[in-house]
Amino acid sequence: MTALLELSHVSKRFGGLLAVDDVSFSLKERSITALVGPNGAGKTTCFNMIAGAFRPTAGTIRFEGGMISGQRAEAICRLGIGRTFQIVRPMRDMTVLENAMVGAFSWTRKVPEARETALEMLETVGLASKAHASIGQLTLPDRKMLETAKALSTRPRLLLLDEVMAGLRPTEAASVVRVLRRLVERGLTILLVEHVMRIVMEAAENVVVLHHGAKIAEGMPEYIVKHPEVLAGYLGDGFRG
Amino acid sequence: MVLFAALALLGAVFNSYLISLLTIVFLFAFIGQSWSLMLGLGGQLSIGHALFVGIGAYSVAVLDIKYGLSPWLGLLVGSAIAGAVGAALAWLSFRFEVRGIYFGLLTIAAAEFARVMFSGWEFVGGMQGLFFPAQSGESSLLMLRGGARFYYFVALGAVAIGVGVTALIRKSFLGYVWRAMRDDEDASRALGVRTFLHKVLVVSISGAWAAVGGGLLALVQGSIFPDSIMGMGISIDVLIGPIVGGLGTAFGPLIGALIIIPLDHLMSAFSDSIGIPGLNNVAYGIVLIAVVWFLPDGVWPALIGRFRSQKRLPSIRSQIVQTQEVRQ
Repeated sequence: MTALLELSHVSKRFGGLLAVDDVSFSLKERSITALVGPNGAGKTTCFNMIAGAFRPTAGTIRFEGGMISGQRAEAICRLGIGRTFQIVRPMRDMTVLENAMVGAFSWTRKVPEARETALEMLETVGLASKAHASIGQLTLPDRKMLETAKALSTRPRLLLLDEVMAGLRPTEAASVVRVLRRLVERGLTILLVEHVMRIVMEAAENVVVLHHGAKIAEGMPEYIVKHPEVLAGYLGDGFRG
Repeated sequence: MVLFAALALLGAVFNSYLISLLTIVFLFAFIGQSWSLMLGLGGQLSIGHALFVGIGAYSVAVLDIKYGLSPWLGLLVGSAIAGAVGAALAWLSFRFEVRGIYFGLLTIAAAEFARVMFSGWEFVGGMQGLFFPAQSGESSLLMLRGGARFYYFVALGAVAIGVGVTALIRKSFLGYVWRAMRDDEDASRALGVRTFLHKVLVVSISGAWAAVGGGLLALVQGSIFPDSIMGMGISIDVLIGPIVGGLGTAFGPLIGALIIIPLDHLMSAFSDSIGIPGLNNVAYGIVLIAVVWFLPDGVWPALIGRFRSQKRLPSIRSQIVQTQEVRQ
Protein backbone atom coordinates (compact mmCIF):
# COMPACT_ATOMS: atom_id res chain seq x y z
CA MET A 1 0.00 0.00 0.00
CA THR A 2 1.48 3.29 -1.07
CA ALA A 3 1.20 6.32 1.14
CA LEU A 4 0.05 9.43 -0.69
CA LEU A 5 0.84 11.72 2.20
CA GLU A 6 3.22 11.04 5.02
CA LEU A 7 3.79 13.13 8.12
CA SER A 8 6.77 12.06 10.17
CA HIS A 9 7.53 13.49 13.60
CA VAL A 10 5.91 16.82 12.73
CA SER A 11 5.82 19.51 15.42
CA LYS A 12 4.69 23.12 15.41
CA ARG A 13 5.53 25.59 18.13
CA PHE A 14 3.91 29.01 18.47
CA GLY A 15 6.06 30.85 20.98
CA GLY A 16 5.64 28.89 24.20
CA LEU A 17 2.80 26.75 22.91
CA LEU A 18 3.48 23.38 21.35
CA ALA A 19 0.42 23.19 19.09
CA VAL A 20 1.43 19.98 17.36
CA ASP A 21 3.75 17.60 19.15
CA ASP A 22 5.67 14.94 17.21
CA VAL A 23 2.76 13.71 15.09
CA SER A 24 3.24 10.98 12.50
CA PHE A 25 0.63 9.40 10.28
CA SER A 26 0.16 8.58 6.65
CA LEU A 27 -2.73 8.47 4.20
CA LYS A 28 -3.13 5.65 1.80
CA GLU A 29 -4.39 6.41 -1.65
CA ARG A 30 -8.14 6.43 -2.31
CA SER A 31 -9.14 6.50 1.31
CA ILE A 32 -10.93 8.82 3.70
CA THR A 33 -9.06 9.58 6.88
CA ALA A 34 -10.54 11.64 9.70
CA LEU A 35 -8.55 13.82 12.05
CA VAL A 36 -10.47 14.18 15.30
CA GLY A 37 -9.90 15.63 18.73
CA PRO A 38 -11.19 18.30 21.08
CA ASN A 39 -10.90 22.00 20.32
CA GLY A 40 -7.30 23.14 20.38
CA ALA A 41 -5.96 19.64 19.76
CA GLY A 42 -3.94 20.85 16.76
CA LYS A 43 -6.10 19.56 13.91
CA THR A 44 -6.28 22.80 11.95
CA THR A 45 -2.60 23.47 12.63
CA CYS A 46 -1.85 20.09 11.05
CA PHE A 47 -3.94 21.09 8.04
CA ASN A 48 -2.17 24.40 7.74
CA MET A 49 1.21 22.70 7.76
CA ILE A 50 0.21 20.20 5.09
CA ALA A 51 -1.28 22.96 2.93
CA GLY A 52 1.76 25.19 3.32
CA ALA A 53 0.18 27.98 5.35
CA PHE A 54 2.58 27.19 8.23
CA ARG A 55 6.07 25.75 8.14
CA PRO A 56 6.59 22.89 10.63
CA THR A 57 9.00 23.63 13.46
CA ALA A 58 10.29 20.06 13.16
CA GLY A 59 9.60 16.94 11.14
CA THR A 60 8.87 16.34 7.48
CA ILE A 61 5.81 16.09 5.27
CA ARG A 62 6.00 14.09 2.06
CA PHE A 63 3.45 14.07 -0.74
CA GLU A 64 3.78 11.38 -3.41
CA GLY A 65 7.29 10.80 -2.11
CA GLY A 66 8.47 14.41 -2.44
CA MET A 67 9.17 16.78 0.44
CA ILE A 68 6.54 19.49 0.68
CA SER A 69 7.12 20.85 4.18
CA GLY A 70 8.17 24.48 3.98
CA GLN A 71 6.86 25.05 0.45
CA ARG A 72 4.50 27.92 -0.30
CA ALA A 73 0.74 27.39 -0.22
CA GLU A 74 0.26 28.07 -3.94
CA ALA A 75 3.06 25.62 -4.84
CA ILE A 76 1.53 22.88 -2.71
CA CYS A 77 -1.86 23.49 -4.29
CA ARG A 78 -0.29 23.13 -7.71
CA LEU A 79 1.28 19.83 -6.66
CA GLY A 80 -2.21 18.45 -6.10
CA ILE A 81 -3.40 19.25 -2.59
CA GLY A 82 -6.68 21.14 -2.34
CA ARG A 83 -7.96 22.56 0.93
CA THR A 84 -10.94 24.25 2.51
CA PHE A 85 -10.87 26.71 5.38
CA GLN A 86 -12.74 26.07 8.61
CA ILE A 87 -13.88 29.68 8.64
CA VAL A 88 -15.22 29.96 5.09
CA ARG A 89 -13.35 32.41 2.90
CA PRO A 90 -15.34 33.11 -0.26
CA MET A 91 -14.31 35.95 -2.54
CA ARG A 92 -17.25 38.19 -1.70
CA ASP A 93 -17.28 40.32 -4.82
CA MET A 94 -17.41 37.30 -7.11
CA THR A 95 -20.34 35.02 -7.91
CA VAL A 96 -20.48 31.41 -6.77
CA LEU A 97 -19.37 30.22 -10.21
CA GLU A 98 -16.53 32.77 -10.42
CA ASN A 99 -15.34 31.66 -7.00
CA ALA A 100 -15.18 28.07 -8.13
CA MET A 101 -13.40 29.06 -11.36
CA VAL A 102 -10.41 30.53 -9.52
CA GLY A 103 -9.24 27.08 -8.50
CA ALA A 104 -9.29 25.87 -12.09
CA PHE A 105 -6.92 28.63 -13.14
CA SER A 106 -4.19 26.79 -11.25
CA TRP A 107 -3.99 24.38 -14.21
CA THR A 108 -5.54 26.18 -17.17
CA ARG A 109 -5.67 29.70 -18.58
CA LYS A 110 -8.70 29.02 -20.74
CA VAL A 111 -11.79 30.68 -19.30
CA PRO A 112 -14.35 28.30 -20.93
CA GLU A 113 -12.44 25.29 -19.63
CA ALA A 114 -12.32 26.76 -16.14
CA ARG A 115 -16.04 27.54 -16.28
CA GLU A 116 -16.85 24.00 -17.37
CA THR A 117 -14.80 22.47 -14.56
CA ALA A 118 -16.24 24.87 -11.99
CA LEU A 119 -19.79 24.03 -13.06
CA GLU A 120 -19.01 20.33 -12.86
CA MET A 121 -17.66 20.73 -9.32
CA LEU A 122 -20.64 22.85 -8.24
CA GLU A 123 -22.84 20.08 -9.62
CA THR A 124 -20.87 17.53 -7.59
CA VAL A 125 -21.46 19.37 -4.32
CA GLY A 126 -25.07 20.23 -5.21
CA LEU A 127 -24.65 23.96 -5.79
CA ALA A 128 -25.18 24.05 -9.56
CA SER A 129 -28.55 25.78 -9.25
CA LYS A 130 -26.91 28.64 -7.35
CA ALA A 131 -23.97 29.08 -9.73
CA HIS A 132 -24.90 32.65 -10.61
CA ALA A 133 -25.90 33.73 -7.13
CA SER A 134 -23.80 36.17 -5.17
CA ILE A 135 -22.03 34.97 -2.03
CA GLY A 136 -24.43 36.93 0.16
CA GLN A 137 -27.27 34.67 -0.97
CA LEU A 138 -25.63 31.47 0.28
CA THR A 139 -26.42 29.84 3.59
CA LEU A 140 -23.52 28.75 5.77
CA PRO A 141 -23.75 25.06 4.75
CA ASP A 142 -23.83 26.23 1.11
CA ARG A 143 -20.69 28.26 1.68
CA LYS A 144 -18.95 25.21 3.10
CA MET A 145 -19.90 23.27 -0.01
CA LEU A 146 -18.61 26.15 -2.15
CA GLU A 147 -15.29 25.88 -0.34
CA THR A 148 -15.26 22.20 -1.28
CA ALA A 149 -16.10 22.98 -4.93
CA LYS A 150 -13.34 25.61 -5.05
CA ALA A 151 -10.81 23.11 -3.73
CA LEU A 152 -12.03 20.43 -6.15
CA SER A 153 -11.62 22.80 -9.11
CA THR A 154 -7.88 22.77 -8.56
CA ARG A 155 -8.05 19.06 -9.57
CA PRO A 156 -6.37 17.80 -6.41
CA ARG A 157 -5.28 14.26 -5.72
CA LEU A 158 -5.54 14.96 -2.00
CA LEU A 159 -8.42 16.97 -0.58
CA LEU A 160 -8.23 18.52 2.91
CA LEU A 161 -11.68 19.28 4.32
CA ASP A 162 -11.88 21.32 7.51
CA GLU A 163 -15.27 20.81 9.17
CA VAL A 164 -17.29 21.15 5.98
CA MET A 165 -20.18 19.20 7.51
CA ALA A 166 -20.51 21.27 10.66
CA GLY A 167 -24.00 22.68 10.97
CA LEU A 168 -25.57 20.28 8.48
CA ARG A 169 -28.69 18.27 9.28
CA PRO A 170 -28.02 14.51 9.52
CA THR A 171 -29.64 13.84 6.12
CA GLU A 172 -27.60 16.60 4.48
CA ALA A 173 -24.42 15.31 6.08
CA ALA A 174 -25.23 11.80 4.83
CA SER A 175 -25.55 13.09 1.27
CA VAL A 176 -22.21 14.89 1.58
CA VAL A 177 -20.65 11.63 2.78
CA ARG A 178 -22.05 9.93 -0.35
CA VAL A 179 -20.45 12.66 -2.49
CA LEU A 180 -17.11 12.12 -0.74
CA ARG A 181 -17.32 8.36 -1.30
CA ARG A 182 -17.97 8.93 -5.00
CA LEU A 183 -14.93 11.22 -5.20
CA VAL A 184 -12.80 8.55 -3.57
CA GLU A 185 -14.03 6.01 -6.13
CA ARG A 186 -12.86 8.41 -8.81
CA GLY A 187 -9.36 8.33 -7.33
CA LEU A 188 -9.30 11.11 -4.76
CA THR A 189 -7.83 10.80 -1.28
CA ILE A 190 -9.49 12.77 1.51
CA LEU A 191 -8.34 13.96 4.90
CA LEU A 192 -11.08 15.55 6.95
CA VAL A 193 -11.38 17.28 10.26
CA GLU A 194 -14.74 16.59 11.82
CA HIS A 195 -16.39 16.96 15.19
CA VAL A 196 -19.52 14.91 14.72
CA MET A 197 -18.45 11.40 15.64
CA ARG A 198 -21.39 9.79 13.81
CA ILE A 199 -20.23 11.31 10.52
CA VAL A 200 -16.68 10.15 11.18
CA MET A 201 -17.90 6.62 11.89
CA GLU A 202 -19.86 6.64 8.66
CA ALA A 203 -17.30 8.26 6.37
CA ALA A 204 -13.80 7.40 7.44
CA GLU A 205 -11.81 4.21 7.05
CA ASN A 206 -9.06 5.45 9.27
CA VAL A 207 -9.18 7.82 12.24
CA VAL A 208 -6.32 9.77 13.79
CA VAL A 209 -7.02 11.20 17.24
CA LEU A 210 -5.12 14.26 18.45
CA HIS A 211 -5.13 15.51 22.02
CA HIS A 212 -3.09 18.49 23.27
CA GLY A 213 -1.20 18.41 19.97
CA ALA A 214 -0.12 14.78 20.26
CA LYS A 215 -1.46 11.70 18.52
CA ILE A 216 -3.09 9.46 21.11
CA ALA A 217 -4.64 6.85 18.84
CA GLU A 218 -5.03 5.75 15.25
CA GLY A 219 -7.13 3.07 13.67
CA MET A 220 -10.47 2.05 12.27
CA PRO A 221 -13.46 3.96 13.64
CA GLU A 222 -14.79 0.89 15.48
CA TYR A 223 -11.47 0.54 17.25
CA ILE A 224 -11.21 4.23 18.07
CA VAL A 225 -14.56 4.48 19.82
CA LYS A 226 -13.50 1.74 22.22
CA HIS A 227 -10.00 3.06 22.83
CA PRO A 228 -9.69 3.87 26.55
CA GLU A 229 -7.49 6.97 26.12
CA VAL A 230 -9.80 8.42 23.48
CA LEU A 231 -12.80 7.83 25.68
CA ALA A 232 -11.08 9.48 28.61
CA GLY A 233 -9.63 12.41 26.75
CA TYR A 234 -12.19 13.22 24.09
CA LEU A 235 -15.38 11.25 23.66
CA GLY A 236 -16.20 10.84 27.30
CA ASP A 237 -17.69 7.84 29.07
CA GLY A 238 -21.12 8.50 27.61
CA PHE A 239 -19.99 7.18 24.26
CA ARG A 240 -19.33 3.71 25.62
CA GLY A 241 -23.02 3.06 25.06
CA MET B 1 -19.50 51.91 -28.42
CA VAL B 2 -22.29 54.43 -28.89
CA LEU B 3 -20.60 56.74 -26.42
CA PHE B 4 -17.33 56.66 -28.34
CA ALA B 5 -18.99 57.19 -31.71
CA ALA B 6 -20.86 60.16 -30.27
CA LEU B 7 -17.70 61.61 -28.70
CA ALA B 8 -15.86 61.16 -32.00
CA LEU B 9 -18.60 62.94 -33.95
CA LEU B 10 -18.81 65.71 -31.38
CA GLY B 11 -15.05 66.17 -31.68
CA ALA B 12 -15.67 67.62 -35.11
CA VAL B 13 -18.10 70.27 -33.87
CA PHE B 14 -16.97 71.19 -30.35
CA ASN B 15 -15.41 74.61 -29.80
CA SER B 16 -11.79 74.85 -28.78
CA TYR B 17 -12.56 75.20 -25.06
CA LEU B 18 -14.51 71.95 -24.98
CA ILE B 19 -11.91 70.25 -27.13
CA SER B 20 -9.04 71.07 -24.81
CA LEU B 21 -11.11 70.33 -21.70
CA LEU B 22 -12.21 66.92 -22.99
CA THR B 23 -8.69 66.06 -24.17
CA ILE B 24 -7.52 66.46 -20.57
CA VAL B 25 -10.55 64.47 -19.37
CA PHE B 26 -9.69 61.61 -21.72
CA LEU B 27 -6.01 61.57 -20.76
CA PHE B 28 -6.80 61.52 -17.06
CA ALA B 29 -9.42 58.85 -17.71
CA PHE B 30 -6.74 56.83 -19.54
CA ILE B 31 -4.24 57.18 -16.68
CA GLY B 32 -7.09 56.56 -14.23
CA GLN B 33 -7.78 53.27 -16.00
CA SER B 34 -4.25 52.12 -15.25
CA TRP B 35 -4.63 53.06 -11.59
CA SER B 36 -8.03 51.44 -11.41
CA LEU B 37 -6.67 48.22 -12.93
CA MET B 38 -4.06 48.03 -10.20
CA LEU B 39 -6.37 48.68 -7.24
CA GLY B 40 -9.77 47.66 -8.56
CA LEU B 41 -8.66 44.34 -10.03
CA GLY B 42 -5.25 43.65 -8.53
CA GLY B 43 -5.93 45.03 -5.08
CA GLN B 44 -2.70 47.02 -4.95
CA LEU B 45 -2.89 50.64 -3.81
CA SER B 46 -0.77 53.28 -5.49
CA ILE B 47 -0.73 56.85 -4.20
CA GLY B 48 2.30 57.67 -6.31
CA HIS B 49 1.16 57.11 -9.87
CA ALA B 50 2.84 60.40 -10.77
CA LEU B 51 6.05 58.35 -10.80
CA PHE B 52 4.91 56.42 -13.87
CA VAL B 53 3.22 59.42 -15.47
CA GLY B 54 6.43 61.39 -15.08
CA ILE B 55 8.63 58.63 -16.48
CA GLY B 56 6.41 58.46 -19.57
CA ALA B 57 6.34 62.23 -19.99
CA TYR B 58 10.11 62.60 -19.65
CA SER B 59 10.82 59.71 -22.00
CA VAL B 60 8.74 61.27 -24.76
CA ALA B 61 10.08 64.76 -24.11
CA VAL B 62 13.76 63.81 -23.93
CA LEU B 63 13.71 61.57 -27.01
CA ASP B 64 11.73 64.14 -29.01
CA ILE B 65 13.42 67.37 -27.92
CA LYS B 66 17.00 66.16 -27.52
CA TYR B 67 17.16 63.54 -30.26
CA GLY B 68 14.29 64.37 -32.61
CA LEU B 69 12.88 60.85 -32.34
CA SER B 70 9.21 60.07 -32.87
CA PRO B 71 7.04 60.30 -29.75
CA TRP B 72 5.83 56.80 -30.59
CA LEU B 73 9.31 55.58 -29.68
CA GLY B 74 9.19 57.76 -26.57
CA LEU B 75 5.91 56.17 -25.52
CA LEU B 76 7.37 52.72 -26.05
CA VAL B 77 10.59 53.45 -24.15
CA GLY B 78 8.70 55.26 -21.40
CA SER B 79 6.28 52.44 -20.81
CA ALA B 80 9.10 49.88 -20.85
CA ILE B 81 11.03 51.87 -18.23
CA ALA B 82 7.92 52.48 -16.12
CA GLY B 83 6.97 48.81 -16.34
CA ALA B 84 10.45 47.83 -15.16
CA VAL B 85 10.42 50.41 -12.36
CA GLY B 86 6.97 49.22 -11.29
CA ALA B 87 8.10 45.60 -11.29
CA ALA B 88 11.23 46.44 -9.30
CA LEU B 89 9.30 48.50 -6.75
CA ALA B 90 6.66 45.79 -6.33
CA TRP B 91 9.25 43.02 -6.18
CA LEU B 92 11.24 44.72 -3.43
CA SER B 93 8.15 45.71 -1.50
CA PHE B 94 6.33 42.36 -1.61
CA ARG B 95 9.55 40.42 -1.09
CA PHE B 96 9.74 42.06 2.33
CA GLU B 97 6.01 41.70 2.99
CA VAL B 98 5.27 45.41 2.66
CA ARG B 99 1.57 45.17 1.81
CA GLY B 100 -1.58 47.22 1.47
CA ILE B 101 -1.48 50.78 2.74
CA TYR B 102 2.26 50.47 3.44
CA PHE B 103 2.86 49.68 -0.20
CA GLY B 104 0.82 52.79 -1.01
CA LEU B 105 3.10 54.87 1.18
CA LEU B 106 6.11 53.36 -0.55
CA THR B 107 4.74 54.48 -3.94
CA ILE B 108 4.48 58.06 -2.62
CA ALA B 109 8.08 57.87 -1.46
CA ALA B 110 9.21 56.54 -4.84
CA ALA B 111 7.32 59.27 -6.73
CA GLU B 112 8.69 62.01 -4.50
CA PHE B 113 12.19 60.61 -4.82
CA ALA B 114 11.87 60.67 -8.61
CA ARG B 115 10.49 64.22 -8.55
CA VAL B 116 13.41 65.50 -6.50
CA MET B 117 15.86 63.61 -8.68
CA PHE B 118 14.43 65.07 -11.89
CA SER B 119 14.34 68.56 -10.34
CA GLY B 120 18.08 68.44 -9.84
CA TRP B 121 18.96 66.71 -13.10
CA GLU B 122 20.24 69.33 -15.53
CA PHE B 123 20.13 67.03 -18.56
CA VAL B 124 16.32 66.90 -18.36
CA GLY B 125 16.01 70.60 -17.64
CA GLY B 126 15.96 70.48 -13.86
CA MET B 127 13.39 72.78 -12.29
CA GLN B 128 13.03 74.70 -15.57
CA GLY B 129 11.54 71.64 -17.22
CA LEU B 130 11.43 70.85 -20.91
CA PHE B 131 9.61 72.62 -23.74
CA PHE B 132 8.53 71.05 -26.99
CA PRO B 133 9.41 73.17 -30.02
CA ALA B 134 6.56 75.17 -31.53
CA GLN B 135 4.34 73.19 -33.88
CA SER B 136 5.22 73.57 -37.51
CA GLY B 137 3.26 72.40 -40.51
CA GLU B 138 0.74 69.62 -40.90
CA SER B 139 -0.49 67.32 -38.20
CA SER B 140 1.09 63.92 -38.51
CA LEU B 141 0.10 60.68 -36.86
CA LEU B 142 3.61 59.35 -37.42
CA MET B 143 5.18 62.15 -35.40
CA LEU B 144 2.11 62.52 -33.13
CA ARG B 145 2.03 66.18 -34.07
CA GLY B 146 -1.06 68.26 -34.59
CA GLY B 147 -3.49 70.81 -33.29
CA ALA B 148 -5.89 70.57 -30.37
CA ARG B 149 -8.46 68.65 -32.40
CA PHE B 150 -5.81 66.12 -33.43
CA TYR B 151 -4.93 65.44 -29.79
CA TYR B 152 -8.63 65.20 -28.95
CA PHE B 153 -8.89 62.21 -31.26
CA VAL B 154 -5.61 60.70 -30.05
CA ALA B 155 -6.78 60.95 -26.43
CA LEU B 156 -10.21 59.60 -27.29
CA GLY B 157 -8.61 56.69 -29.11
CA ALA B 158 -6.42 55.97 -26.09
CA VAL B 159 -9.42 55.88 -23.73
CA ALA B 160 -11.33 53.61 -26.12
CA ILE B 161 -8.38 51.22 -26.24
CA GLY B 162 -8.13 51.45 -22.46
CA VAL B 163 -11.78 50.50 -22.02
CA GLY B 164 -11.30 47.59 -24.42
CA VAL B 165 -8.14 46.35 -22.70
CA THR B 166 -9.76 46.59 -19.25
CA ALA B 167 -12.77 44.63 -20.48
CA LEU B 168 -10.50 42.00 -22.07
CA ILE B 169 -8.41 41.62 -18.91
CA ARG B 170 -11.56 41.34 -16.80
CA LYS B 171 -12.81 38.51 -18.98
CA SER B 172 -9.48 36.68 -19.16
CA PHE B 173 -8.06 34.40 -16.50
CA LEU B 174 -6.06 37.36 -15.20
CA GLY B 175 -9.29 39.15 -14.29
CA TYR B 176 -10.54 36.22 -12.22
CA VAL B 177 -7.21 35.54 -10.58
CA TRP B 178 -6.62 39.21 -9.75
CA ARG B 179 -10.06 39.70 -8.28
CA ALA B 180 -9.61 36.59 -6.15
CA MET B 181 -6.25 37.90 -4.97
CA ARG B 182 -7.80 41.30 -4.19
CA ASP B 183 -10.65 39.76 -2.19
CA ASP B 184 -8.55 37.38 -0.08
CA GLU B 185 -4.88 36.98 -0.78
CA ASP B 186 -4.25 33.95 1.43
CA ALA B 187 -7.37 32.09 0.33
CA SER B 188 -6.44 32.64 -3.31
CA ARG B 189 -2.97 31.21 -2.64
CA ALA B 190 -4.63 28.08 -1.28
CA LEU B 191 -6.33 27.84 -4.69
CA GLY B 192 -2.98 27.90 -6.44
CA VAL B 193 -2.80 31.61 -7.32
CA ARG B 194 0.84 32.70 -7.43
CA THR B 195 0.05 36.00 -5.75
CA PHE B 196 3.61 37.32 -5.60
CA LEU B 197 3.99 36.99 -9.35
CA HIS B 198 0.57 38.47 -10.07
CA LYS B 199 1.08 41.42 -7.74
CA VAL B 200 4.35 42.30 -9.45
CA LEU B 201 2.67 41.81 -12.82
CA VAL B 202 -0.29 44.09 -12.12
CA VAL B 203 1.91 46.89 -10.77
CA SER B 204 4.19 46.60 -13.78
CA ILE B 205 1.34 46.65 -16.31
CA SER B 206 -0.32 49.55 -14.55
CA GLY B 207 2.95 51.49 -14.51
CA ALA B 208 3.63 50.89 -18.20
CA TRP B 209 0.07 51.96 -19.03
CA ALA B 210 0.24 55.14 -16.93
CA ALA B 211 3.51 56.05 -18.65
CA VAL B 212 1.80 56.05 -22.05
CA GLY B 213 -0.76 58.45 -20.60
CA GLY B 214 2.03 60.60 -19.19
CA GLY B 215 3.75 60.76 -22.58
CA LEU B 216 0.55 61.89 -24.27
CA LEU B 217 -0.05 64.44 -21.52
CA ALA B 218 3.42 65.91 -22.14
CA LEU B 219 2.67 66.25 -25.88
CA VAL B 220 -0.68 67.92 -25.23
CA GLN B 221 0.69 70.35 -22.68
CA GLY B 222 3.77 71.17 -24.78
CA SER B 223 5.96 71.49 -21.71
CA ILE B 224 6.73 69.51 -18.57
CA PHE B 225 8.04 70.44 -15.14
CA PRO B 226 8.99 67.97 -12.42
CA ASP B 227 6.75 69.64 -9.82
CA SER B 228 3.63 69.38 -11.95
CA ILE B 229 4.11 66.14 -13.91
CA MET B 230 5.61 64.14 -11.01
CA GLY B 231 3.99 65.98 -8.10
CA MET B 232 1.53 64.65 -5.56
CA GLY B 233 -1.17 66.62 -7.37
CA ILE B 234 -1.01 64.27 -10.34
CA SER B 235 -1.15 61.19 -8.10
CA ILE B 236 -4.30 62.54 -6.43
CA ASP B 237 -5.98 63.68 -9.68
CA VAL B 238 -5.38 60.24 -11.15
CA LEU B 239 -7.15 58.36 -8.38
CA ILE B 240 -10.23 60.54 -7.87
CA GLY B 241 -11.78 59.79 -11.27
CA PRO B 242 -11.86 55.99 -10.83
CA ILE B 243 -13.10 56.26 -7.23
CA VAL B 244 -16.01 58.46 -8.35
CA GLY B 245 -16.71 56.46 -11.51
CA GLY B 246 -16.29 52.92 -10.23
CA LEU B 247 -13.11 51.04 -9.35
CA GLY B 248 -12.00 48.16 -11.53
CA THR B 249 -14.80 48.59 -14.06
CA ALA B 250 -14.19 49.21 -17.76
CA PHE B 251 -16.07 52.52 -17.94
CA GLY B 252 -15.72 53.79 -14.37
CA PRO B 253 -12.53 55.84 -14.80
CA LEU B 254 -13.91 57.58 -17.91
CA ILE B 255 -17.26 58.38 -16.28
CA GLY B 256 -15.47 59.64 -13.17
CA ALA B 257 -13.14 61.87 -15.17
CA LEU B 258 -16.10 63.18 -17.20
CA ILE B 259 -17.77 64.23 -13.95
CA ILE B 260 -14.88 65.48 -11.86
CA ILE B 261 -12.67 67.46 -14.26
CA PRO B 262 -15.39 69.62 -15.90
CA LEU B 263 -16.83 70.20 -12.43
CA ASP B 264 -13.44 71.36 -11.26
CA HIS B 265 -13.17 73.77 -14.21
CA LEU B 266 -16.70 75.09 -13.78
CA MET B 267 -16.28 75.65 -10.09
CA SER B 268 -12.93 77.37 -10.43
CA ALA B 269 -14.42 79.71 -13.07
CA PHE B 270 -17.34 80.30 -10.73
CA SER B 271 -15.19 80.92 -7.68
CA ASP B 272 -13.05 83.35 -9.68
CA SER B 273 -16.13 85.22 -10.84
CA ILE B 274 -17.49 85.75 -7.33
CA GLY B 275 -14.04 86.37 -5.92
CA ILE B 276 -13.86 83.50 -3.46
CA PRO B 277 -10.86 81.41 -4.42
CA GLY B 278 -10.69 77.70 -3.61
CA LEU B 279 -14.38 77.00 -4.02
CA ASN B 280 -13.53 74.37 -6.63
CA ASN B 281 -11.66 72.35 -4.02
CA VAL B 282 -14.67 72.50 -1.71
CA ALA B 283 -16.93 71.21 -4.51
CA TYR B 284 -14.37 68.51 -5.26
CA GLY B 285 -14.47 67.40 -1.66
CA ILE B 286 -18.26 67.44 -1.47
CA VAL B 287 -18.61 65.31 -4.61
CA LEU B 288 -16.04 62.83 -3.35
CA ILE B 289 -17.73 62.49 0.04
CA ALA B 290 -21.17 62.23 -1.57
CA VAL B 291 -20.04 59.45 -3.89
CA VAL B 292 -18.27 57.50 -1.18
CA TRP B 293 -21.32 57.93 1.08
CA PHE B 294 -24.19 57.25 -1.33
CA LEU B 295 -22.58 55.23 -4.13
CA PRO B 296 -19.69 53.37 -2.50
CA ASP B 297 -19.13 51.29 -5.64
CA GLY B 298 -18.98 54.40 -7.82
CA VAL B 299 -21.31 56.02 -10.32
CA TRP B 300 -20.96 53.50 -13.14
CA PRO B 301 -21.85 50.31 -11.17
CA ALA B 302 -24.80 52.22 -9.68
CA LEU B 303 -25.99 53.17 -13.17
CA ILE B 304 -25.81 49.67 -14.66
CA GLY B 305 -27.23 48.25 -11.44
CA ARG B 306 -30.47 50.09 -12.25
CA PHE B 307 -30.84 48.24 -15.52
CA ARG B 308 -30.27 44.86 -13.97
CA SER B 309 -32.74 43.14 -11.72
CA GLN B 310 -32.33 43.36 -7.97
CA LYS B 311 -30.90 39.87 -7.85
CA ARG B 312 -27.56 41.09 -6.61
CA LEU B 313 -28.99 42.62 -3.47
CA PRO B 314 -28.40 40.25 -0.58
CA SER B 315 -31.58 38.83 0.85
CA ILE B 316 -32.58 39.35 4.45
CA ARG B 317 -32.12 35.62 4.95
CA SER B 318 -28.49 35.74 3.90
CA GLN B 319 -27.89 38.70 6.16
CA ILE B 320 -29.19 36.61 9.03
CA VAL B 321 -26.80 33.85 8.06
CA GLN B 322 -23.96 36.34 8.05
CA THR B 323 -24.88 37.47 11.52
CA GLN B 324 -24.91 33.87 12.69
CA GLU B 325 -21.52 33.40 11.17
CA VAL B 326 -20.15 36.33 13.10
CA ARG B 327 -21.55 34.86 16.30
CA GLN B 328 -19.84 31.51 15.76
